[in-house]
Amino acid sequence: MSSHVISTPRTTGEPGERILRYTLTERVNHWFAALTYIYCLITGLAFWSPYMYWLAAIVGGGPTARFWHPWLGVAFTVSVFWMHQMWDRDMQITDADRRWAKVIKLYIENDDQNLPPEGRFNYGQKLFFWLMFYGIILLLISGIGLWFVEDIPWSLRWLRYLSVTVHVIAAMATIAGFIIHIYMGTAMVRGGFTSIIRGEVTADWARTHHRLWHEEVMRRQPPPGAVGSRK
Amino acid sequence: MARSWQLKAGFMSEATLAIKKISGHPGPAPGANVERDYQVAKLIDTTTCIGCKACEVACLEWNGYTFTETFFDNSYQTMPATTWNYWNLIKFNEHEREDGTLQLLMRKDQCMHCADPGCLAACPADGAIVQYTNGIVDFQQQNCIGCGYCVSGCPFDIPKFDPTTKKMFKCTLCVDRVSVGLEPACIKSCPTGCLHFGSKEDMSYLAESRAKQLRENFGFEKAGVYDPSGVGGTGVIYVLHDVTNPEAYGGLPKDPHIPWVVRFWKGPAKWIGNLAMLFGVIGVTIHYFRYGPKEIHPRHDNGGKL
Repeated sequence: MSSHVISTPRTTGEPGERILRYTLTERVNHWFAALTYIYCLITGLAFWSPYMYWLAAIVGGGPTARFWHPWLGVAFTVSVFWMHQMWDRDMQITDADRRWAKVIKLYIENDDQNLPPEGRFNYGQKLFFWLMFYGIILLLISGIGLWFVEDIPWSLRWLRYLSVTVHVIAAMATIAGFIIHIYMGTAMVRGGFTSIIRGEVTADWARTHHRLWHEEVMRRQPPPGAVGSRK
Repeated sequence: MARSWQLKAGFMSEATLAIKKISGHPGPAPGANVERDYQVAKLIDTTTCIGCKACEVACLEWNGYTFTETFFDNSYQTMPATTWNYWNLIKFNEHEREDGTLQLLMRKDQCMHCADPGCLAACPADGAIVQYTNGIVDFQQQNCIGCGYCVSGCPFDIPKFDPTTKKMFKCTLCVDRVSVGLEPACIKSCPTGCLHFGSKEDMSYLAESRAKQLRENFGFEKAGVYDPSGVGGTGVIYVLHDVTNPEAYGGLPKDPHIPWVVRFWKGPAKWIGNLAMLFGVIGVTIHYFRYGPKEIHPRHDNGGKL
């Protein structure tokens, strides 16, 4: 049973009622991941192009950026693995996702009323999660190659070149996901941003965007001694 | 250890030599090509080198490094490869010729000062690597961020990382001496005259004459000059007894060039990536203009669909 189930309070089904969507642990981890990723993004872009090298200045200059980039990359990896620990079950692709994926165009065009219902996370969120999960594995492995490049023997120098290639491709893939994630989490899906800060959404929000999850929460009997309705 | 000499070397060379190419810099090098200069070159005649290592010691002395721990591997070689504070190394190889006889090959290994430097192409830090109009490729440690990209860019495995200062180092071709009209320290120390220094044109002429002499008078039919065109020629050229087999001289690459991965990474990949990121941001913005935010549908007035 995933952690959010245990701590979700009883709901009454009133339209304006607030439902716990992300536990404190999930929120803290999300923001730990966000900050470490954004640091690596800023410093990584500084190393990527001379036209963005100025970005290094806002985080303390080139040598400082170079020193912390790999360490915060490791911290981000830890955070993503922790996230995987928490959300692995919720992130599995289901039949509901496959039905939803077929009409993803309706989602993009905000025709949400004609979309099949989704669970706690929709297909797009799951894709983003797995993109970041496999992305960070590639970034970590190739990053170690770049970090200790001199320790790769000359006879195995193809590994130096492979590290560069993989690091760049994986970084670009995560940046693509990141742009969409930020846009959707702030501008496109209103309420999403506050839910990852304070943890709560309204019943209507839950029903609109994650109807199967909302129904699951409604069905659930609160465990004995749990905090009751906040009404 | 006080490192004021590094700053001195950096600033002195900047003040006295015109820059041709500069690393990690948006746009061309400031003041590039306003001043013409001799291309300088070192000539290393491996056929007259006796492996005395005077050049190794002179390099340490001039650049202010103390002798470090050496390495014994049944060879005369001081250590397996150059290090961040040991820029000049004679590589020894007991080479067995086709007729079964042995030949002890000695080659002074150091930065080759490529005309098309892979380290400079790979470097992301503005002005951490410069190429002067005289051809010297020099690391400016005050701008270096210690990322090690130059290690991936170099086809000769030369740049090395100093873990204490977290900066990269390599042979400077004694830029601080050359800029005031002196020859590099290694050249000055050579007792056999196998090392020469001068304009690239003069050194090429001298090298070719020596190779011709080796071919015609000494029976080294494959003698020739190593000045690889894959990196646009180098500021260090060798006379080899057998120019068809440079690998025998402590792993001198036959056809060195900047790795294609580095070329792609620093060329097309950059623009593909930058455009992709730009279109990504523009794309979501246009999406917002067109479709706007998602609406919440209260369950009681949506026609029962939700």
